[in-house]
Amino acid sequence: MHLGDITGVSREETRRWRRVALVLILIAGLGGPAGQTVDAAQPAEQSVPDGFVPMDDVPAEEQLPAAPLLAAAYIVVWVLAIGYLWTIWRRLGSVEKELAEALRRVGETDGA
Amino acid sequence: MKRFLQVAWLVVRKDLRVESRNKEMLLTTLFFAVSCVLVFSFGFVRGGEAIEGSASGVLWITIAFSGTLALGRAFERERHHDALRGLLMAPVDRPAIYVGKLVGVLLLLALVEALVVVMVAFLFQAPLFRHGWWLLTLLSLGTIGFASVGTLFSAMLLRTRSRAVLLPVLLYPVTIPVLIMGVSGTFALVQPEPDLVLARVWVSLLFFFDIVFVTLALWTFEPVMTE
Amino acid sequence: MSRRLFPWLIGLSLVFFVVAPILIVRAPLEQEMGLIQKIFYFHFSAWMAMYLGICVLGISSALFLFRRKPAVDRLAVSAAEAAILFGLMGLITGPIWAVKSWGVWWNWDARTTIALILELILVAYLLLRSYGGPGSDRLAAGLGMFAMANLPFLYISTNIWRTIHPPTSVVPTLPVDFGIPLWWSFAGFIVLCLALLTARVRLEEQRATLDRLYLALEDE
Repeated sequence: MHLGDITGVSREETRRWRRVALVLILIAGLGGPAGQTVDAAQPAEQSVPDGFVPMDDVPAEEQLPAAPLLAAAYIVVWVLAIGYLWTIWRRLGSVEKELAEALRRVGETDGA
Repeated sequence: MKRFLQVAWLVVRKDLRVESRNKEMLLTTLFFAVSCVLVFSFGFVRGGEAIEGSASGVLWITIAFSGTLALGRAFERERHHDALRGLLMAPVDRPAIYVGKLVGVLLLLALVEALVVVMVAFLFQAPLFRHGWWLLTLLSLGTIGFASVGTLFSAMLLRTRSRAVLLPVLLYPVTIPVLIMGVSGTFALVQPEPDLVLARVWVSLLFFFDIVFVTLALWTFEPVMTE
Repeated sequence: MSRRLFPWLIGLSLVFFVVAPILIVRAPLEQEMGLIQKIFYFHFSAWMAMYLGICVLGISSALFLFRRKPAVDRLAVSAAEAAILFGLMGLITGPIWAVKSWGVWWNWDARTTIALILELILVAYLLLRSYGGPGSDRLAAGLGMFAMANLPFLYISTNIWRTIHPPTSVVPTLPVDFGIPLWWSFAGFIVLCLALLTARVRLEEQRATLDRLYLALEDE
């Protein structure tokens, strides 16, 4: 079974889409946290009352301890989402294999 | 409506009559509750002084544990000899059977709680009777909330394989809000300066919770019990 | 239907998730919390996706209990799994944020507690389906409705109970610079949730087909 069974797309196209998806995932996954660590000190906008308030400048000690935690949080989200999709893919694969086997047996008994 | 109440009352009377013959459920549940409170007092009372705030927690946890025990056996008698099917086949409103069972459980828990409150007040030196009516309201509403969900789940799981284990697994997460509200309300009452305004908030929330969940239980009892 | 929908949904969610970090990086830093506040965009969105899952679970449970359509039951179990997944994301990103801005991993504040309780109810739902034996789909449907009924209490809790969690009124009054990455991430998570639902429903559909096939084979 391959992704094509879910998407209804041919094998070669699936392979191509898979490569594209992998590249995009890598860019997004790495680009986010990395970009934030670099762009941490940003000029802020005008302040607004209540709740979240944009700030003017970042004291140096604020940056480093938070960044690994932020990266960890985003990585966890990605890992969970992709992990779950992968478990669905795996389970679907085994069910479809059994399905093909059962169909074959039905075909045999019909033919016999 | 009158017929509904008549049927419910019939179910209650039946259970009371059967129970009065050997008093098994009553005595075992009472004994369990007593042991529970004692065990907690060994854990939380040091040198004659209870850990602050532990009384309200112990009270409600004991009610929850004893309640689960009682609920697990609420439909026990109907399991044998296909009595449940006979009950369900009767030409009555099914929810009336639910209400009858619920009232039976509430009566049992009322007796248990009467004993437990006295024990906790005594062992944990908690001024539980200072605002007796508030406490009574809190206990009544909380027990109704807990038992209404529990009676439904107990009926649901009657024919299930691992029902003894599944009942607490299903019941506790759904009724934790009841316990939180009960404990917080009781805590507000037993403080050196009782916070009656806060207690009223909890009582209102419990009342709201009860309305929602009793209605939901009445609504789902029929489809859940149908084959 | 799920076969057609899935590639679109997963593709769309990928677009959202690729652009989101760019928007989040460009969002201004928050005054009190600094860099760590940026977890908010995914944290809030994950919870919203969980709420969506629980709503779908509740509604499909009610429909299944009263109409008995198997397709609706498949949707219910898929929604439960998706809700557990997004709840897990929220429960992990939350303490990571909390340890930096509040100094504690977990503080039993009202909203986090009830979120944990909802997660427990969902796990109980799956346990009931796995170990409840025959007929557990109906019982689980009853439980699913109770899970949905608990939702309003989660929302009310933050406003009535004293809590150090940001009050719910933060989101509506959010300034635009914070709002754009938030609603973008929110949309991305919702689309991801829908994509996961379609994939999972497909799995259940195939399983049902397999069961029917086995039954047909036995009859021969």
